[in-house]
Amino acid sequence: MIKVENLSKKYPDKNALDDISVTFPAEETTAIVGPSGSGKSTLLHSLNLLERPTSGRLIVDELDLNLDKTLTKAQVLDVRKHFGMVFQEKALFTHLTVLKNLTEGPTKVKKISQDQALEKAHALLKQFNMEELANRYPYQLSGGQQQRVAILRALAMEPQYLLLDEPTSALDPELEAQVLRVLRELAQKETSMIIVTHNMAFAQQVADKIVFIDNGHVGYDGKTEDFFHSTDPRIKQFLGAMTF
Amino acid sequence: MTDFIDLAIKYLPRLLVAAFQYTLPLTAISFFFGIIFAIMTALIRVAKAPQNEWADAALKILKGVAATYVWFFRSTPMLVQLFIVFYGLPNAHIALFQSAWVSAITVFSLNTGAYASESIRAAISSVSEVQKQAAESLGMTTTQVYLYVVLPQAARISIPPLSNSLISLLKDTSLASVITIVEMFYLSQQIAATNYKVLSMYILVAMVYALFTSILSIGQHYLEKYTSRFAQ
Ligand SMILES: Nc1ncnc2c1ncn2[C@@H]1O[C@H](COP(=O)(O)OP(=O)(O)OP(=O)(O)O)[C@@H](O)[C@H]1O
Ligand SMILES: [Mg+2]
Repeated sequence: MIKVENLSKKYPDKNALDDISVTFPAEETTAIVGPSGSGKSTLLHSLNLLERPTSGRLIVDELDLNLDKTLTKAQVLDVRKHFGMVFQEKALFTHLTVLKNLTEGPTKVKKISQDQALEKAHALLKQFNMEELANRYPYQLSGGQQQRVAILRALAMEPQYLLLDEPTSALDPELEAQVLRVLRELAQKETSMIIVTHNMAFAQQVADKIVFIDNGHVGYDGKTEDFFHSTDPRIKQFLGAMTF
Repeated sequence: MTDFIDLAIKYLPRLLVAAFQYTLPLTAISFFFGIIFAIMTALIRVAKAPQNEWADAALKILKGVAATYVWFFRSTPMLVQLFIVFYGLPNAHIALFQSAWVSAITVFSLNTGAYASESIRAAISSVSEVQKQAAESLGMTTTQVYLYVVLPQAARISIPPLSNSLISLLKDTSLASVITIVEMFYLSQQIAATNYKVLSMYILVAMVYALFTSILSIGQHYLEKYTSRFAQ
């Protein structure tokens, strides 16, 4: 389980996150939703410390960090071991083939042998019917293929939690559907996922839990069903503005 | 014209020997060290201040040294730099470099390093933030992020400017003649002084330089083509 307590991220001119507390259960899919600029990405990036919160407490399984203090490199790396991440932008390593993208983390970070890492990578590609992409470079892939490979790159590290920041928002609907299919499959296998998304239909179908971030605050934290039937005026207003 | 061909047949072998003895080794060795200086300088100049107070102070000093180094070598003529190192320093009893070879390699590599560091710095800065974040999210340390992601991508981007540096360097090694190294150009001067075929000798040596730089340009073309398959 991941827990943040009284987490704040202050910029000189703005509080991106203001004293928020949320939990993300293991083996569930949590969708983080909210208006543009509300702090969703900041929250997600705070979990694996790509973004350093200004203050608060972060609990990731057995780790318990006081974010008011400067963290050591070792602490940061320990936290990151628990997470895989998929970005909104194209983030596959452009100089490496698909296969190498999948083996880079395991061989360089986990120091797994090249042979083992390759075997694992092939197995993952096979599992998701992407074997024919193995030797291509990222620029030779469609946007949807790139995001699916990016998901596999994260999974190759066998993380406890998969973080996804609007993984489909740069894609056409058709390509988005391919990516969402993969995510549905992962959700069914009880992968622990935290996904920032604007796709409310997907959130409604797949997420076990919704965290609604509104202007740096938590506007809702609870079951998916209840969120979509909420009578809270702010939530109704937000959902009313979204397309399903 | 037949005169020129006779002259070429007669002297080309000696010029080529000088090229392989002096021009090409000077170029290769200086470029090798130049790139090492360039990478070190570029990394210092893009490095972000760590949280540690002492490391932060040390980095500031390093950045100052690196900036001064680049500024000095880019804002003074290489000829003057060669004179300072080979004639000036020993004259002031700072006998660091008695050897003309060491002096030449020092100046050429520091000079190449200063220019190339700017190319490499630009290339490093052009690697997108999300590529670094992706590497960090896999658990890579800062060193690993640079070693496995940033520098390989920057290397491809810096091929054209670094090729230009290499070609310039090869031509600039002719300046070694002023510090007593009988490289290819100096040899052509000596021959011209004995056979009085001044214009023909200098055209001949120009052609030899053009031959080598053209080979480098062709190499650059293929390297760019080969690495373009990693393009975005
Ligand atoms: N480096 C920064 N400096 C100052 N303000 C920032 C910085 N990064 C983000 N912000 C601000 O923090 C707020 C939260 O940004 P964040 O990217 O987390 O929003 P978001 O909910 O992910 O938005 P979107 O849906 O558009 O991706 C925004 O108002 C943004 O302008
Ligand atoms: Mg965002």
